[in-house]
Amino acid sequence: MSGRGVQVTPLSDSAAWPPRVPTAFLDVRDLRVTFRTDDGLVKAVDGLSFSLERGATLGIVGESGSGKSVTSLSIMGLHKGQSVTMSGEIWLDGQELISASPDQVRRLRGRKQAMIFQDPLSSMHPFYTIGAQIIEAYQAHHDVPAKVARQRAIDMLDRVGIPQARTRVDDFPHQFSGGMRQRAMIAMSLVNNPDLLIADEPTTALDVTVQAQILDLIRDLQAEFGSAVIIITHDLGVVAELADDILVMYAGRGVEYGTADKIFRQPEHPYTWGLLRSMPRMDREVRDRLKPITGTPPSLINVPPGCPFHPRCPYVERNGIPCRTVVPRLPTDGSPGVACHIPEKERKQLFEDEIVPTL
Amino acid sequence: MTSPDALLEVTALQKHFAITKGTFLRRKVGAVRAVDGIDFAIRPGETLGLVGESGCGKTTTGRLISRLLEPSGGKIVLAGRDITHLSPGAMRPLRRDVQMIFQDPYSSLNPRHTVGSIVGAPFKVQGISTPNGTKRAVQDLLELVGLSPEHYNRYPHEFSGGQRQRIGVARALALRPKLIVCDEPVSALDVSIQAQVVNLLEDLQGELNLTYMFIAHDLSVVRHISDRIAVMYLGKIIELTDRDSLYAQPRHPYTVALMSAVPVPDPARRARAGRTRILLTGDVPSPINPPSGCRFRTRCWKAQEVCALEEPPLRPLAPGHFTACHFPVEPGETLRRS
Amino acid sequence: MVAYVLRRLVAAVVLLFVVSVVTFAIFFLVPRIAGATAEDLASRYVGKTAGPEQLKEMADKLGFDDPLYVQYGRFAKGLVAGADFSTGPTVEHCPAPCFGYSFITQNPVWPDLVDRLGVTMSLAAGAAIIWLVVGVSIGVLSALRKGSIFDRGAMGVALAGVSLPIFFTGLLALSIFAYNLGWFPPGGSYTAITENPGQWAYDLILPWITLAFLYAAAYARLTRAGMLETMNEDFIRTARAKGLVERTVVVKHGLRYALTPIVTIFGLDLGLLLGGAILTESTFSLPGIGKYAVDAVTNNDLPKVLGVVMLGAFFIILANLIVDITYAVIDPRVRLS
Ligand SMILES: Nc1ncnc2c1ncn2[C@@H]1O[C@H](COP(=O)(O)OP(=O)(O)OP(=O)(O)O)[C@@H](O)[C@H]1O
Ligand SMILES: Nc1ncnc2c1ncn2[C@@H]1O[C@H](COP(=O)(O)OP(=O)(O)O)[C@@H](O)[C@H]1O
Ligand code: SF4
Ligand code: SF4
Ligand SMILES: [Mg+2]
Ligand SMILES: [Mg+2]
Repeated sequence: MSGRGVQVTPLSDSAAWPPRVPTAFLDVRDLRVTFRTDDGLVKAVDGLSFSLERGATLGIVGESGSGKSVTSLSIMGLHKGQSVTMSGEIWLDGQELISASPDQVRRLRGRKQAMIFQDPLSSMHPFYTIGAQIIEAYQAHHDVPAKVARQRAIDMLDRVGIPQARTRVDDFPHQFSGGMRQRAMIAMSLVNNPDLLIADEPTTALDVTVQAQILDLIRDLQAEFGSAVIIITHDLGVVAELADDILVMYAGRGVEYGTADKIFRQPEHPYTWGLLRSMPRMDREVRDRLKPITGTPPSLINVPPGCPFHPRCPYVERNGIPCRTVVPRLPTDGSPGVACHIPEKERKQLFEDEIVPTL
Repeated sequence: MTSPDALLEVTALQKHFAITKGTFLRRKVGAVRAVDGIDFAIRPGETLGLVGESGCGKTTTGRLISRLLEPSGGKIVLAGRDITHLSPGAMRPLRRDVQMIFQDPYSSLNPRHTVGSIVGAPFKVQGISTPNGTKRAVQDLLELVGLSPEHYNRYPHEFSGGQRQRIGVARALALRPKLIVCDEPVSALDVSIQAQVVNLLEDLQGELNLTYMFIAHDLSVVRHISDRIAVMYLGKIIELTDRDSLYAQPRHPYTVALMSAVPVPDPARRARAGRTRILLTGDVPSPINPPSGCRFRTRCWKAQEVCALEEPPLRPLAPGHFTACHFPVEPGETLRRS
Repeated sequence: MVAYVLRRLVAAVVLLFVVSVVTFAIFFLVPRIAGATAEDLASRYVGKTAGPEQLKEMADKLGFDDPLYVQYGRFAKGLVAGADFSTGPTVEHCPAPCFGYSFITQNPVWPDLVDRLGVTMSLAAGAAIIWLVVGVSIGVLSALRKGSIFDRGAMGVALAGVSLPIFFTGLLALSIFAYNLGWFPPGGSYTAITENPGQWAYDLILPWITLAFLYAAAYARLTRAGMLETMNEDFIRTARAKGLVERTVVVKHGLRYALTPIVTIFGLDLGLLLGGAILTESTFSLPGIGKYAVDAVTNNDLPKVLGVVMLGAFFIILANLIVDITYAVIDPRVRLS
């Protein structure tokens, strides 16, 4: 794939035994996460593979319930309880996380991989000051005196653009505005210089002018710290701003995976087409009508057999392809691809002929 | 801006929420100036978009013109009739004319009532009998919004977000209102579902000759659906014009910043967007103590001394294009990146 | 913070005033409205045998025909400064807070109350410590091991605990541990802590456990529910995402948050109990405020009832005040809003 994007690993290698340690910084192989619930087994993530290098940004897009957050929580090792089952491999800088002990993963968490959450108010403890919470994050991985940690917290707040960081460090979360809280959250997640930063809908709760500030900040910080970033969102505009590569998820599976350029310019999956077509765009002429995807996203307890998108796909069973019975999958070695039975050439043709005129 | 044939006309509309303190002796210590003197008119059959950041007073405006809130000042005229201070009793027959669709399709429907009784409630409240009975009328409405008549006896939790929003639309349509205030009707929905609901609203408008006030913070959705758009900032309308001139030639610095902040789903434009984007600093000030003069001056890159002293009035800069700024952005002006 | 505490203090004083007015109204005004004459009221003070003249004289002396504000003024003055009663030739001073003299024993009410208070406080404090420690720990463990055998067992017992009345569990405890096994004294024994702390505790163990069982059960359920909810909060996920060890996550982030509502309830429960643990005191025949109240009501001994009511109200208001202040200390959002 593109120079600074996802590492391409040749397919043949992944079948070799013993399995070699992947060379990519983050390598997710055939991740599956299921939850046992009263209503049945929820297949929240069902065979997901991707990889990411240091300094690169991966965008994961998909509708709500498509498994984006579950994926990120798996990388953080934050799934808890007996109701969850995980399988597959998550290689982070040469270490496999799913088979690692909980304590090993905990030691990595916050230092190697860190995370920013959607709602910065509910994600911070209301009883502790912003400073105390950042200091705590630093001291969890650095054996330093409180004074040093405090200075570090002030420096970080300063770096993310909190004015008068020296005094605001002693404020409580509710005394910050929404944008400042998200900045503080970013300061907290970066305090240990993590190699991987996962941002799960980091701007969804924010206003558009503040969103622009935060996206700018994430971009700058990534350039400065050189970390790998995964940005999760349902807003295609936000991923276009930040991501080098994009993974489109549907019903717990990756349906299309490639460079941002490719996904936005020559997308090949009918669901990606649907997404791009259904949203009104500021950079295009106003259209008479939007072109929605018909139907609704499936329940993850009863995922449709075959291609999970088939009940909503206008090309289902086109020319006799087995959409209703055979599951189309992305390559399991984390290389780019399209999970659709339509032959590649035909997909490209379809896009040019039928989709481009409607975008 | 006012037109004699307007369906709804609002002048100097205000809503201040008192802030009280103390448990025994409630004393007023201030006021949230949620809506602070706004004027606009909606013509029959058009869609007026209302955009702005959270807390700027969009919902309050919608609730005021639906008379779900009592205005603190100003005037609301609906179809030639002053409804500003009508009592609930006098308001009841007029309620038919203005209906509201709410943002959250999850909490705005009573989970204990069937779809039939939710959609049929307006008939009951208004004591209206329909030719073939309420049930028939409700089933027709369900079909109209793209649900099935069989859904009559189901409960809201059995529906998806998009379907629930359709139920909300059916309820709002029951009494054939003239004006529907849509408060962020698609914000809580997934992208693929948003488009379905937007299309539904547009179809219904054509079929039933409806007038919409469409409140949203998503500028691309507002652009798609609106004929004219009002931009709000801290309880004031700061720019009001038709859709095309607003997007082609925004004149208020805030509108310019707001539109440049919208991320565009095209990675190739990223570099360009980064250069032309106007990054506003800081956050929206509190509506309890709005800045003197122009409310946007604390974040405005064009602010000068006069901006702190005099409040700029909403005045026409071109026919039908109203802007409240002392130094409006000129066409072709190079924008400084702050 | 200082301003907040001051405001709360003023509110508490105002509330006490309101309570005294209401109490006054209930005991002196309502009977009048209901049609009782000044003589009828006076009859309660001198007994049924008195003749009409005596009653008239007594009513005059007690001022039942004076304007209301004068009567209330006298009542309030008695509470804050004490009162003087001329019982025949001598003038007797009843020191503040003066609730008057018992109809039955003729003793001033307040010193009696103070005597009883020691018992009730001992009972309430001991039980409170037990139920707080036991209830909260069980609640936390149950929440952390939701669905485990421990959780199910503990919650089963807790359900029994909240549903069984004190006189049942109390009598059961007495019959097993006092009468059958003879490990603890049967009801009725109380030794002041100043006299013999060991004996004090020994005498109170059964009442403590009985009372604490009821409350511990309720607190375990509350804590468990609170912890379960808290451990699903976003900030807990953030704490884990920082890489904190689980113990820190649970105690520093979870428990601290989950305990806040419990502090409120604890304060109010304690305040209520100090106004008289009626059932426990009756079951174990402990000479506390609760038993005193029961005696007062059964004998229609107005001044005693008045004393108990005012004392109970005082404790509840005090508990409320302390809860409010504690809350502000724990939750900065209260303090800084
Ligand atoms: N009942 C109320 N009491 C006090 N303040 C209120 C009340 N309702 C609204 N406000 C305040 O009025 C202002 C405008 O509120 P409004 O709900 O209209 O904002 P909005 O533009 O719809 O924002 P959002 O996009 O977040 O819904 C806000 O500052 C809000 O906090
Ligand atoms: N702890 C859980 N127990 C049961 N189901 C869960 C749990 N967490 C997530 N899910 C389910 O997994 C699916 C994917 O969730 P999520 O990844 O949070 O979606 P999103 O793409 O919006 O982030 C949803 O159907 C959700 O209900
Ligand atoms: S596999 Fe079939 S149903 Fe699935 S996206 Fe491709 S054409 Fe549509
Ligand atoms: S009036 Fe002044 S401060 Fe306000 S928008 Fe115009 S230039 Fe900016
Ligand atoms: Mg999510
Ligand atoms: Mg709103």
